[in-house]
Formats: sequence, C-alpha cells, structure tokens
Amino acid sequence: MSVGEARPHEAAALHVTGRALYTDDLALRAPGVLHAHPVQVLRAHARITHLDPRPAYRVPGVVRVLTAADVPGANDSGTKHDEPLFPDEVMFHGQAVAWVLGETLEAARLGALAVVVDHEPLPSLVTITEAIAAGSFQGARPTLERGDVEAGFAASTRVFEGVTEIAGQEHFYLETHASLAQVDDDGQVFVQSSTQHPTETQEIVAHVLGLASHQVTVQCLRMGGGFGGKEMQPHGYAAVAALGATLTGRPVRVRLTRQQDMTMSGKRHGFHARWRVGFDDDGLLQALDATLTSDGGWSLDLSEPVLSRALCHVDNAYWIPHVRVDGRIARTHTTSQTAFRGFGGPQGMLVIEDALGRCAPLLGLAPEELRRRNFYVDGQATPYGQPVRHPERLDRAWQQVLDTGELAVRRKEIERHNAGNPHRKRGLAITPVKFGISFNFTAFNQAGALVHVYKDGSVLINHGGTEMGQGLHTKMLQVAATALGLPIERVRLAPTRTDKVPNTSATAASSGADLNGAAVKDACDQVLARLAPVRERLGGDASWEDVVRAAYFDRIQLWAAGFYRTEGLSWDATTMTGHPFKYFAYGVAASEVEVDGFTGAYAVRRVDIVHDVGDSLSPLVDLGQVEGGFLQGLGWLTLEDLRWDSSDGPGRGRLATQSASTYKLPSLSELPADLRVTLLDRATEEGVVHGSKAVGEPPLMLAFSVREALRDAVAAFGPPGVSVELASPATPEAVWWAIDRVRS
Amino acid sequence: MSTEPAAGPGAAVTVNGAARALVGAQPPVTALDWLRGLGLTGAKEGCAEGECGACAVLVARPGCDAATEWTAINACLVPAAALAGQEVVTAEGLGTPDALHPVQHEMAVRGGSQCGYCTPGFVCSMAAEFYRPGRTSFDHHALSGNLCRCTGYRPIVEAAEALGAPAAGDPLAVRTTAAPPPVPPHRVAGWVRPATLGEALALLAGPGAVAVAGSTDLGVEANLRGSRPSLLVAIDRLEELRGLSVADDVVEIGAALTLSEVERRLEGRIPLLDAVFPQFASRLIRNGATFGGNLGTGSPIGDLPPALLALDAELVLVGGDGERTVPLTEFFTGYRQSVRRPGELVARIRVPLPLAATTAFHKIAKRPFDDISSVAVAFALDVVDGVVRRVAIGLGGVAATPIRATAAEQALVGAAWTPDGIAPATAALADAGTPLDDLRASAAYRRAMLGQALPRLLAETLEGTRP
Repeated sequence: MSVGEARPHEAAALHVTGRALYTDDLALRAPGVLHAHPVQVLRAHARITHLDPRPAYRVPGVVRVLTAADVPGANDSGTKHDEPLFPDEVMFHGQAVAWVLGETLEAARLGALAVVVDHEPLPSLVTITEAIAAGSFQGARPTLERGDVEAGFAASTRVFEGVTEIAGQEHFYLETHASLAQVDDDGQVFVQSSTQHPTETQEIVAHVLGLASHQVTVQCLRMGGGFGGKEMQPHGYAAVAALGATLTGRPVRVRLTRQQDMTMSGKRHGFHARWRVGFDDDGLLQALDATLTSDGGWSLDLSEPVLSRALCHVDNAYWIPHVRVDGRIARTHTTSQTAFRGFGGPQGMLVIEDALGRCAPLLGLAPEELRRRNFYVDGQATPYGQPVRHPERLDRAWQQVLDTGELAVRRKEIERHNAGNPHRKRGLAITPVKFGISFNFTAFNQAGALVHVYKDGSVLINHGGTEMGQGLHTKMLQVAATALGLPIERVRLAPTRTDKVPNTSATAASSGADLNGAAVKDACDQVLARLAPVRERLGGDASWEDVVRAAYFDRIQLWAAGFYRTEGLSWDATTMTGHPFKYFAYGVAASEVEVDGFTGAYAVRRVDIVHDVGDSLSPLVDLGQVEGGFLQGLGWLTLEDLRWDSSDGPGRGRLATQSASTYKLPSLSELPADLRVTLLDRATEEGVVHGSKAVGEPPLMLAFSVREALRDAVAAFGPPGVSVELASPATPEAVWWAIDRVRS
Repeated sequence: MSTEPAAGPGAAVTVNGAARALVGAQPPVTALDWLRGLGLTGAKEGCAEGECGACAVLVARPGCDAATEWTAINACLVPAAALAGQEVVTAEGLGTPDALHPVQHEMAVRGGSQCGYCTPGFVCSMAAEFYRPGRTSFDHHALSGNLCRCTGYRPIVEAAEALGAPAAGDPLAVRTTAAPPPVPPHRVAGWVRPATLGEALALLAGPGAVAVAGSTDLGVEANLRGSRPSLLVAIDRLEELRGLSVADDVVEIGAALTLSEVERRLEGRIPLLDAVFPQFASRLIRNGATFGGNLGTGSPIGDLPPALLALDAELVLVGGDGERTVPLTEFFTGYRQSVRRPGELVARIRVPLPLAATTAFHKIAKRPFDDISSVAVAFALDVVDGVVRRVAIGLGGVAATPIRATAAEQALVGAAWTPDGIAPATAALADAGTPLDDLRASAAYRRAMLGQALPRLLAETLEGTRP
C-alpha cells in the first residue's frame, strides 16, 4: 500500500508551480500589514546608555517603535531566561535592541536608521580560544566517563594527542526567519511563524505578552528549510510581530533579510577539542581523554543538549574501553549558537574521526583498516552505558560499500594515477556513521495527532510535526492512508497548529516521523476499532464510505486524538549515563576526490553510500534526505567558512561572511560527479512505525568520507607514512596549506 | 532634442500573458517586489544579491539564435521600472498543478523539491535552458546561479537531463519565433529609460544620476547597503552601446552587451574570454551583467579586467564632449576609481588582433560555480620555438585595482618555456601586487597562488601538447 511506496513530496506540484505559500507570502495577503525592521547595534559588546526612538517617528510612514518599555510580560525570548528580547546590553555585533514598524519596509528601514542608540563599548570575547583563555563559560559542564582512562593509557602501546578545531555552520535555509501576527476582536493572538517548534513559539509569545498559552495560537504552514535553525530561534521574531500586532491592532510582519538572518540568528556550534588517544599493538583503541569546548555564543539557547549529544557521539562507531570526555560551553560575544542537523553529534564524531585519520599512518595502518578493527560488536555498550544494538548492520553496510564501490580495485587505480601525476592526486576514504535516535531529554519523546473522518469518508489529519522540506507530511499521509486502508488521495493534511495538537515537541532530532507517525497511526487505529463492529455488520462488500456513513448514524465518534511516547528511554544528565536512544541509525560512505597541487582546489569524483533507514516509509523522501544531508555535511566540512572579525578594529565581532556572496554553500558544482546511494536492505526496526528509522540527521555525517579522502589525497603529495593535519573546513586554501606542509 | 522621455503612466508589463500596469514601480521597488505585490509569490527573496536564484524569472529578450530567447534573470536585482514594455513569465505562468510544464513535471516526480522555496527559481532557470535555441544537451551552467539547501542537487540534475525538446505548439517555444517588442522609453520617479545615447548622456550630466544596465551591481548596493541614487538612467537597451564587430585588427564589443550575449556572438573568437565566461558569476548574472558595468564599477575583483588587461584591450569612453580612447592599463586609478569622468560612459571595448596563441584564465575561489575570485590571473603569450616572444599577464584580487604583472612579463619575454626558464618570472609574479588578508583568502595564500600560476600554466601547456 502507501507506506513504502516511492512518492514525490506531497506539495511538489505546489512547489514547482510557485503556488506553495510560505509565511511571508501570507503577509503579502494580509491587508494593512505593517513591516518590522530591527535596530541593530554594530558592537560586539556594549552597554546601552540611552535609546531615543523619537527621531524615527519623524520618518514618514513609521508607525511604531517597539522597545523594552512596551513589553507587558517578560522581556525574554528564550527558555533559559538569558535572552532579553530588547536588551540593555549588546552582547553581539548586530544584536537588535529595538524594532521599528512602518507602512512600508522602506519606511521601517529608514526609521530604524533614525533611532538613536548611545552606548558604551565593553570588552569582548569573539573567538572560542579567547573565551577559553579568559575562562568564559556558561551552563553545565558535563563529564562522560567510563572505565579508568589512565589505566587505559597505561595499557596502550601508542598514545597520541592533538587539537581539533571544528568550524560552525550557517543554516542558510533559503527562507529566512519570518512571522506574521494578527490579533482578533477578543485579543486572541494568531501567529503564523516559520518555526520547527510551534508550541515553544506559542509559549514565548505568551510570556512576552503576559498571556496564557490558550490566548496564543501558532501555525506553521511550511518552512523553506529549517535544519535546526528554526527550533528555538524563531520565538523572538514571532514575539516581536505579536507585540507589534497587539500594540497597533494591525497585522505585523517580521521577515529578516539574509544579512539580518545571518548576523542575528544562531548557527552550528564551532568546537575546540583537545584529545589524547591510546591504542594497543593491534591498533585497537584503549583510551580516549578529551575536552570538548563548544562556542555557545552570547546565551545558552540549546547549547547544553547540543553538548550532551556531542559527548554521546564522540565514540561514533568505535568501542573505546576507557573514556573520559569533559564538556564545556564557551560564552563569546557572537550569535547564540543553536540546533543544526546532527545537534552536536557531528562535532563529537569529527573528534574521533580526525584522531583516527591522523593516527592511522603513525600506526602503520590503512585508515579503513584502523576504523574497521575498532567497530562495536554485539554485546558492547556506549560510554554512557547503552548497549549497541545491531552493530552487524554497520558491518553489512561497510562490506556492501567495499564490494559495490569496488574499493580495492579503485585503490589500485588511484595509486597508478598518483604515481604518474605529480600535480594532481586522488584520494579515497570510507567512513562509518552511528547516530542515536531520540531526544536526549526523555520528556520530548512524545507526540500527538488528530484524525478526523468526515461523513463522506474523506479524512483530515493533523499532527504536531512541522514540514520543512523533509517530507514529514508526505510520510504522515502515507501512514494514515495505510492504517485506514485508503487511497492516499482520500487523506488530506492540515497545517500544524497549536490549537489542534497542543504541547508538541520540536520537529527535531530526526524524530518527526517516528513520533508523529506513531501518533497518527494510534488515532487511525482508534477510529478503525470503533468502525470494526459496523464493518462486521455491513459485511465485507461494504465500502469505506458506507461504513463511515452507517457509523455516523450509529452515533460513533469518527475522529480520534492519537498519542505516542517512546518507551524504554532513560537519561541522567548529571552522570551522563542511561539509555537515551531508541535505536541507532547506521550508514557508510566511501568518497573519492582529486586534488590540484597548484591551488588546493579539488573535485569529488565518486561517492558510494549505503544507509540504514529501517524499512523506508517513503523511499524517494528518504533518498532525498540522505543525499541532501550528505551534501550539507560536505558543505560544513569543506566549503562553508564563517569568518568573524577578531581584530581590535571598529568591526570587532562582526560576521564578515554575512551574505550569500561571501558565505559559500554547496552549489551544483559540488555535486559529486558520480553519487550512488543505496538504502540498506533487511533493516526492519522493531517497535518503530512500520519498521522504519529516522533519516533527517545521520546522513550529514557520511560526508566525513570526503574530508578523509582529501586527507588521503594530500598525503599522496608527500612521503609515505606522514600524518596529515587538515583544517576544518577543508577549503581549497586549507588543503593547499596541508599539501604545503606534507611537501616540506 | 528632448532629454525627457515621455512619462509612462500607462506603462505595462506582460506578465504570464496578461498586461499588468506598472503601478508603484519606482526604485527601490524591484521587479521581485512588484511581482510579489501582484500576488505572484512564487519568486522568492533568498539573498537579495543575485546569488541564490530563488527570485529567477524569465524575460523575453532579443535572441542571438532565435528572434526571442527566454532569458532567466534575478528579479531581486532589477528595478521594476526596467520591465516596462517587456514580457515576463514566472513559475506560476509556466504551468499549474493540474497541468504542469515539462520542467515542473520532471522536478516534481523526481524529488527535485524538498522545502520548495528555491524551486520556482530553479524551474525558471531550467525552463530558460529548455527553450534555448539549438539545445542538444542540458548545460549545467544554466543552474549555476541557483542554490538549493535541501536536495543535494542530484534529482534536479536528473530532472534537467530528462527533458526532451519542447512539444510542437508549446506557446513559449512558438513565442521565440517572433521578435520581442522594442523596449520603450519610460520614466518614473528616480528612474528613466532614455531613447538615445545623447539623451542618456544629457541625463547623466545631472547631479546624482547613475547609469544602470543589468543592475547586477547597483541592485546589490541598493538591497544590501541601502544605496538610493536620485536618478537611475537605464542604458542597457541603447543600440549605440550594443554593437559587436570583428575587423582584421580589432574586435569591438559594445559596453551594454551582457556577458551571455558577448559569449554567444563572439562564437569562440577570443578563447581567453571563453575561459572567463563559465567562471564569471552565474548564468543568471551573466544574463544581466554587461562588459561596461564590470569595468565601470572599477572593482579590483571583477573577472573581466584581468582578462582584458592580458588582451591589451582599450576602452572607448563617451561623454558630452564626444569619444576618447583609453588603454585599459591606464583606466584604473585606485580602489573603485578610474579615469572615467562624471557623466561619461564606457561605450566599447576594443581588443586588438591578432591574439596571442596561448591564453589561460586561472580563477582562485572556494567554489567553481558563482564565486568571487580571491585571485585571478589571465595569461596571453606567444611561445615560438620554446621561447616566450610576447606576454601579457592581468591580475585581479591582489591590489586596489586590477593590474598588469609587468615585472613578471619583462622577466618572461625571451625566456625559455621550461621550468628553469620561467623561474625568474615566477619569482617576479609571486612578488606582484599587494595582496591582503580578507574573508576569502589570506594574503599568504594569494601570494602563493601568484607563485603557482606560471608553473601551473607551463604544466598545462605541456600536458596539452603531450602526444
């Protein structure tokens, strides 16, 4: 039936014809809408001594200036109460301290320029290294520990240490943050927001306005990309729109320009990792001692759970008997870093992958051999104590990539090519992914859904998850159609709204389909159970429509609220132990690159991926997630280069790469010349909806193979056995310097 | 002669086949703002600087190989007023959910959209290529100015490659057989399209007037930096600036020709420029950006100046006092400064013939498609019997202006075209300019790339001649 069928995105026809509406498209359809523009202060750190909005009112078309004095509730846009919506202390370059509402965006922009903000500069910390040196940290400082790490090093015959600096990443969802707020006659606030977390947006809007949650409704029609960037960051913008709407009685639109979005919203955390790793004579990992410091930016946001996930993924796919990892969050005067696809997992995993990539030549082992030898086997547990279930799936995926990718043959071809080409070297690498699925924070692992069956037999479903392009709604339609035994055309899906399904979790942690799918199925099963006696009475020939009509006249409830919570989870954030994940998603990728020795420029020639999505709910959607995640990971690791001005000049703290012309993400030219993705077969995941697995985040980390292939190619420019250090991101310049080092 | 073209209260744009009055379309209102204001919200603002292509729409332009070519442009950069009298097609006009256009169908069924935000722009870029006269295969560069953050591009490429030829009677294909209507003079507050070069020069003599062609640079200044010139004078359709001629001793290129037009009309006559074109921004930008604009902005990181320096080009400038000719080597005087006087325009670019036999353009950037050079090196040289007889090297990104690498050129003339022979010139080239550290590259890398350029060219030419 429908589940397991390769279907296009449910809104594909709307996307391609330009009919699909996004939040700011709705704003253009709201008569009398006011446009909001931020007043950004261009200082990394400063105390505001005086803010005078009066000059703005002299700009024609300016309607209202929003300042802290206007806030009826809490002047706070976060859940940690460390993010004032209208701050009196500027904490990063470009922070908004007030907002101007205008009849046109141009009026609001000119009004914002007219607002006078006097401020007194304060000392600032812009880089993670500055923050570490100054001892500037915030939030929890967890330690993940198993065994006796010193005993592990004592048992090691080879011990290496190093530092790995890991870049952040801008989400660059094509749709920037957007909100549209309206207030009805009764003071009910209706906010349409591009948000992954409508419930939390609702809660923040309510607490800024001093209202109860039932007075605020948040709807998300769809997002033009989220990637984690709209999990916690939309709330403040929604609150500004809602505040403006309540004060003026008119609809208010907030839509950030790309520069505003890049300079104001949080990003993937950059990390600094100091590590020491021990191996025995066979290259088996004995001990890992590491300190991971994330750059949280000016406030906590989601930095604590991001750090937890980083610590919980520092093992990636490898058994390490003795582990001690200290985690801490640096506080810098930059944007407040937040969720981004992988949520700390990629940064944690990069530490061990970088260490293995650097140590392999020193151990005299091929990197793929070193990796393979250290894989988890059945019966072993992660450093936080969760048994690693189905490690044989990783072995199977690994072997499949080796076989279908003909790695042995290609390795020989590459050696031949490299021997005959002094200026262009090829490299090949294979890397694994093991990624834990579920929110680390157990309470978030719940979901609700509403399924309405109308008298004519048509079905409307509503669930707590949001659509950001990942195909969640497509999967939910398939789940409902399959559960009810209906053609998918009989089922429609209504926009995500907090007045339909309350108290939802963020659509995040790759868990959207697992959680909401189970809730949708639960609701469908309830309806079916109520219809069963009617169906029995009418006989097997009765159509769905006949059964539904008869049930209505029998006064049987034709709608149901479904609910799901993931069973068997536990997590102790103090001891960093427990069983936080329902299961692990696995994947393996092999990449081949060619590097130009004159410039460091490179091309990805071929990529082979085998990825475990369980029994796919929707193979075309899952394939898109694997490919898209891979390329986004490739962007993070090789191309995307956030540069902050860390000079002592007047631009200190400014994000220098604050536009699409300076911050380059993968374009069509980064698509590997040959990309082959296969979903792992025989991969049913028991206890998850239709045996499927989450797919949103794990494929991002398949891109480690590209970074390791670059390392392999760089090594070919030097003598054998050299350990190659590669900066992150491995831009052409970074690769060129790496070549320069191995040559000398 | 009047310098005041008729005001155009009745001016209209044909959008998706229907005439729409250009109401409220004075700068800074862009074509994108205006179309979205009509309710055509398929085109999106993703970056407002012509980098992401979410705003792409199709415009009917006079073609090189057909009477009309559907040309994809960045609607976010172009003032709405510039569309007066033209024909525009958006994603909404190509097809409907019940009757998808072939491009839309392939994109939909192959998983070419995920979040869908970039999709209408991709559809328009792909449709322009779909209708390209004489297309035999799909040129990936047609999509070089569109960014997708979700799909990883594979299904988009697959959709493009699955496209056949337009069906018989396809209305947009039929449309290409007749010329587009001439673009009429038009005036609104802050924007004017004069009918003649004389009118344009008279307008530009006024205070605060700025010439605009494709608006690929001015549009960015307006959108990102709030630049609001008091009067924009559109020069992109002035026939006096749109000629292209090839004589025995010189090629003359009209300054208001777009890079795409020059690429098509030169038909490979200047191989060095052919090396530049695919590396110059994106197709969407090349459909708007002109030779005159790329020189007139005086940017040290434009990609045409290094190539034109290596080609020993000269510029014909035109002003109220008539024309004068300036060698390109004497044109740039400082950061975004040139000898061009206020009110003066670049009229033509003259490239002397014969061309050097060996040319190359080395663009150092993070990304092969649509990136700005951290260093650009253009070479034009003749090697006779293993000895360099003449050479010109143009550099971008290593000084406040584009420059010639004179010391390296001098060291190279008469040198053997061998690793040892080029060593002094390599050292001189590595020492050229005054490269800086910035967000694109470190000064050290820029210098290293200068040092690598000649050995790389030598290796490439030797590889090229290897049996």
